[in-house]
Amino acid sequence: MTTPVISKSRRGQQAARAGFAQVLSAEWTKLATVRGWVIGLVLAPLLTVGIALLNHSTCGGVVTPGGPVTTGVGCAAPPTGPGGEAVTDSFYFVRKPMAGHGSITVRLTSLSAGPGPAGLSPWAKAGIIITASAKPGAAYAAMMVTAGRGVRMQYNYTSDIAGPAGKVSAASPRWLRLTRAGDQISGYSSVNGVHWREVGTAYLAGLPATVAAGMFATAPGSSEATSQSVSGSSSAGAMTLAVARFDHVSLAGPLPASAWTGSAVGGASPGTGFRQADGTTTVTGSGDIAPYVPGADGAPGSTIGSTLLGAVVALIAVIVVATMFMTAEYRRGLIRVTFAAAPSRVRVLAAKAAVIAAVTFVAGLAGAIVAALAGERLLRANGNFILPASLLGNLRVVAGTAALLAVSAVLALALGAIFRRSAGAVTVVIGLITLPYLLALTVVRGGAADWLLRVTPAAAFAIQQTTPQYPQVSAAYTVGNGYFPLAPWAGFAVLCAYALVAMGLAVVLVRRRDA
Amino acid sequence: MRRAVCAEWTKLTTLPGTLWLVLGVAVATAALGAGADAATTCPSGNCPVDPARVCLSGVYLGQAIVVVFAAAVISSEYSTGMIRVTFMAMPRRTAVLSAKAAVVTGVVLVAGAVAVLGSVLAGRLILPGHGFGPAHGYPALSLADGPVLRAAAGSVLYLALIGILSVGVAAAVRDTALAVGTVLGLLYVVPIIAAVLGNSHLARHLQQIAPMTAGLAIQSTTRLGSLPLSPWAGLGLLAAWAAASFLVGGLLLRFRDA
Repeated sequence: MTTPVISKSRRGQQAARAGFAQVLSAEWTKLATVRGWVIGLVLAPLLTVGIALLNHSTCGGVVTPGGPVTTGVGCAAPPTGPGGEAVTDSFYFVRKPMAGHGSITVRLTSLSAGPGPAGLSPWAKAGIIITASAKPGAAYAAMMVTAGRGVRMQYNYTSDIAGPAGKVSAASPRWLRLTRAGDQISGYSSVNGVHWREVGTAYLAGLPATVAAGMFATAPGSSEATSQSVSGSSSAGAMTLAVARFDHVSLAGPLPASAWTGSAVGGASPGTGFRQADGTTTVTGSGDIAPYVPGADGAPGSTIGSTLLGAVVALIAVIVVATMFMTAEYRRGLIRVTFAAAPSRVRVLAAKAAVIAAVTFVAGLAGAIVAALAGERLLRANGNFILPASLLGNLRVVAGTAALLAVSAVLALALGAIFRRSAGAVTVVIGLITLPYLLALTVVRGGAADWLLRVTPAAAFAIQQTTPQYPQVSAAYTVGNGYFPLAPWAGFAVLCAYALVAMGLAVVLVRRRDA
Repeated sequence: MRRAVCAEWTKLTTLPGTLWLVLGVAVATAALGAGADAATTCPSGNCPVDPARVCLSGVYLGQAIVVVFAAAVISSEYSTGMIRVTFMAMPRRTAVLSAKAAVVTGVVLVAGAVAVLGSVLAGRLILPGHGFGPAHGYPALSLADGPVLRAAAGSVLYLALIGILSVGVAAAVRDTALAVGTVLGLLYVVPIIAAVLGNSHLARHLQQIAPMTAGLAIQSTTRLGSLPLSPWAGLGLLAAWAAASFLVGGLLLRFRDA
C-alpha cells in the first residue's frame, strides 16, 4: 500500500498558503465586474462634489419669514492671532507704552452693563493687558475680572486660566497685576493689594522690547438667551457695553514719560471711551478678545468641513454597494462556490472587507479632494471667507471623510453577512448612521442630541469638525453649526468600534452557519 | 382587479414577516416618539418647540420599516423569480402593480394608525411632565383638537404615501437593497443637507421639494407661518412624488422584460 496519506491538517495548511492574495484578487474581480456596483462607487464621489457645487450660499445670511433676523457681523475676514487661528479682537484700550521689564497694577471696583436693553454676558471682561501692539490679532496676556466667571488670566486668544471666583463690587474690589520679564508675563490677583496670588504665566514668543500696557473693557453680545431657537442657529444678540472702574493704577519699570491714551481696538462702537477723574479711570468697551467662533451671534465664516456635506449622500451609495457585495453572494448561491474555492471563511470575509474598504476609501478621497477644492473656490467666489486652518487639520477632514465612507462600507458588509438579506442590512446601517445624525439635527435637542452623537456610529461625522469649541466663548455649539460632542478621532473611533464588533459577529456567524 | 388584490393579499398575509413588519412600524414609531418626548423639556414655557411634532417624530424611524416592507413586496418577487409566475397568472402588469400598491396602502394605513395612536398616547402621558402642560399654556394633546387631528391623521397618510413611493421605486429598480437605499437616501439625506446649510434660500427650496420635509409639514400645529410649505400643500407634494414614482415604476414594468 503506497497510497500517500494526506492528513487533514496538512491540507488545511496548503489551502492556507494558497493564500490571501488569491482570495483578494477573486473578490476584487467580483467587485469590478458588476456594472451596477461600479456605477454606484463612481456615483459616490460625484455626489460629494455635486453637493459641494450646489452650495451657493452667500455671506450675510438670508432671513426666513417670521423667523429671527440675522444681522450678521459683516463679511470681512476676522484678524488672525499669533497661533494662525481666526480671532475676535475688539475692546476699548487705555494704554501707555512700556519698555523692557515692568509691571502694571490696578484695583477694579466695578464691572457693570452700560446703557442698553441687554445685561452683561458672563464673559464680559475688564482688566489689564500687556500686548505687542494695539493692532487686532496681536500677541497679548491679560488679567481680568469677568461678569460671571470670576478672575481669569487669558493670553493669545485661546488660553484661559481660572483665578479666584466671585463678582467684583465697590465693597469687594479686585487687585490685578501683570509683570513682564522678557517673553514671560505673569498674572497675579489679590483682594486687598497686600497678599497676592499668582494666577498663571504666559510665554509670548517674540514680544517686542516696547509693548503697550494698560486697562481694557469689552463685552460680547448677549446671545445666550436666543441660542436655542428652532432651526438650531442663533439669532444675533444685541450689542452690550461693559463699564469698568479702575483706581490705584500704577506702572512700574523703565517708562518713557507719556500720558494715558485711549482707543477702540478692532473698530469703534458707539458709546465706548474712557474718562479720568479723581484718580478713577472709567473704561467703556464692547466686543471680545477671544478665538473667533463661526456660528456665535450668527457670525459668518465657512470651513472646509462645510464643503464635504455631500458625504452623507455618498454614504448611502457606498452602503448599498457594500451590502450587495455580500448579500448578492447569498441571493445567487454564489457563496457556496466561493467557500468551495476558498474554504477559510474568515479569509473570504477579510478579503471582501479589505477590497470594499480600499475601493471606497480611494473613491471617497478623490471625491473629498475635488469637493473641498471646488467648494472652497465657490464659497470664496460668493464672498464668503474660509477660516484659516492648519494643513494637518484640513488633511484630517478630507482623509477622515474618505475613511468614514470606508469604515461604513465595512460595517454594511458585516451586517450583510449577518443578515444575509439586503433589505435588513441596508436599513439597519442607514438607521444607525444617517438617522441619528438627522434626528440630532432636527427633532432631538440638547443633551439627548449629544448622546445620539456619542453612542451611535453617526458620531463619526465629528471627523468633519474643523473649529474647536472654546469654553470662554458663549455660542450655539450645535450640530447644525458644525460642533460635535466628541473629539474628531474619538467620534471616528465609535464608528470603527461598531464596524469591528459587526465584523466579529459576522465571522462567528459565517463560520458557524451553513452557507 | 379584485382577484389581483386577493392574490396579493394572500401572498402578503401568508408570509410570517409581514406581521413583524407591521408590529415593527407601530413599536418603532411609538418608541422613538416616546424617547423624543422624554428628551424634550420646556422649563420656562413658551418654547420654540411644537409638541405635536415631537410626539409624532417616531415617524422618522417608522417610515424606514414601511420602506423595507413596501419595497420587498415587489423586489422580493424579482430576487426569487416569483415575478414571472405572477405575470403568467395575471398578464396585466399594471393591474398587478396597482394591486400591490393597494394592499401595501391598506396594511400601512392600519400599522400607521396604531403607530400614531401609540405616539399620541405616549405624548399625552409624557409631555406634561416635561413642561408642556397646562401650567405653561399647552393644552393636553388630544385628537379632538383640529390641528392635532390633522397632524395625527396626516402622519398616517404620510406613511401610506411613503409606501406607494417605495413600491414605485422598487418596481423601477427591481432590487431590494437598491430600492431601500434610494428611498431612504431621498428621505433622510435632503433634510440633513438643509439643516446644515441653515438659513439659506437653498435650504428652504430643498425643504420645499424634498419628500420628507414637505410631507412632514402636515405634523406642524404651531408657527405655521414660518413653515417652508403649508401642511396640506406639503402632503400634496409628497403625493405628487408618490404618484410620479408609481407612474415611472408602472411604465418600466410594462415595457421591460420581467
